[in-house]
Amino acid sequence: MKNRVVITGLGVVAPNGVEIDAFLKAIKNGDSGITFHQNLKDLEFSCCIGGIPEISEEKKLNYLTPLQLRNFNSNGILYGCIAGIDAWKDAGLSIDKDSELDFNSGTIFGTGTSGVEKFREAIYKLDDKQVKRLGSTVVVQTMASGISAFLGGILGLGNQVTTNSSACTTGTEAILMGYERIKNGHAKRMLVGSCSDDGPYIWGGFDTMRVMTYKHNNTPKKGSRPMSVSASGFVPGSGAGALVLESLESALDRKATIYAEIIGGNINSGGQRNNGTMTAPNPEAVQHCIKNAIKDAQIKAKDIDTINGHLTATSKDTLEIENWSKALNLNRNDFPYINSLKSMVGHCLAAAGSIESVATVLQIKNQFLFPNINCEDLHPGISALISEEKVVKQLMHTTINIAAKASFGFGDVNACVIFKKYN
Amino acid sequence: MTKDQLIAKLKSIVEPYIQNEEAFNNLSENTDFINDLKINSANLVDVVLDVEDEFDIRIENDDMEKMISVKTAMDIINEKLNAK
Repeated sequence: MKNRVVITGLGVVAPNGVEIDAFLKAIKNGDSGITFHQNLKDLEFSCCIGGIPEISEEKKLNYLTPLQLRNFNSNGILYGCIAGIDAWKDAGLSIDKDSELDFNSGTIFGTGTSGVEKFREAIYKLDDKQVKRLGSTVVVQTMASGISAFLGGILGLGNQVTTNSSACTTGTEAILMGYERIKNGHAKRMLVGSCSDDGPYIWGGFDTMRVMTYKHNNTPKKGSRPMSVSASGFVPGSGAGALVLESLESALDRKATIYAEIIGGNINSGGQRNNGTMTAPNPEAVQHCIKNAIKDAQIKAKDIDTINGHLTATSKDTLEIENWSKALNLNRNDFPYINSLKSMVGHCLAAAGSIESVATVLQIKNQFLFPNINCEDLHPGISALISEEKVVKQLMHTTINIAAKASFGFGDVNACVIFKKYN
Repeated sequence: MTKDQLIAKLKSIVEPYIQNEEAFNNLSENTDFINDLKINSANLVDVVLDVEDEFDIRIENDDMEKMISVKTAMDIINEKLNAK
């Protein structure tokens, strides 16, 4: 007997909204969180715009102690802790540093790299023969599992505490890994999510690949243009998203608020074969992932009301729509509504899948679709496949029963999760 | 520097790391960093770094191992200051 798995808490740190209420308002409004950053310009980046969440010094102290913040320089961990702690509290679970160890609760909280700014600090000291003076926190801020280690200690988690990493698929993968764990009875509650650092040291590698747009340094809010014919590369973002997953039984016992149910999903890889490469997806594998997610959820393609795409605003957007259309065997007017949160927050890299999943779950809970901004000029390759009205350009209030969310990442890895309104 | 001045300086250095407020308020020469102040052992290295910065001295591994109480810290700091 497999457990049903529901979502009982949400937390988010996004470039256009920190905390759920602010984020919900921002995505309904179509508010862009993309701004110009002088430090990128000074470093001669081609793309000088990006999405960085605003966190005041005062706010940090609501989540981390002065001791934890001493010599702290890892913004991904900060974002992850804020989103994770908010999700935990939102689920009605308590946080007490003297709480009893909870063997039924764990976390899978992913990231791409951890604490690049801290790592940079440490490398300068090391090269200056100052290894003795690095201080005690370099390891915990720069180890990939830093974020899950911080959250595990703050919340007193006694089940699995780990960090996954699969490039831009990370967040969606974390959700599915936590889902499997609860479904199979290995945990009652899993805090799942992902976070990403921001700034030049994490974004530079993408800038040199010329995959970020350099055309919107004077018009940052217009820069992220998923599905638009004038899309000219992604805009880098950062932040964190977190979800508390729980067995339905546990959620009902606690009389917790249920946002939505996870009814299935799939994770796979294209093996960098059949046009798949380190940086491009194998279309066959993407379609296989989507088809298997639908099969796993025991639904039909036409049951899907909306898709929250990966859709980064690069030349691959049309290919993604083609893959969805082929996998679902739906086109034109039969195709589900589709939108991309990246139009507002940019590509939050390792944090993308979790932030975008939080947005998807909010759509189900509040029965709306957020606008995919900056798509007034839909790519003709996309309008050749699906009806233009299926691309959500304005806030829509409509019935959302089932939503599909997919993420694809470097290394040719894919993840697709199916969320359903809880009945 | 008088003994009291040195204790006062050490007190402000260890303050961010202490986890026992009462022992901290009663800090004396006999206070132990780990047993009394409940400083996380990983943070002892940070205390040493802060001592190095405050007094402009360098503390080597052998001395660092001994720096586990106010008394031993004072001895090592005085020794280093006298050697300057």
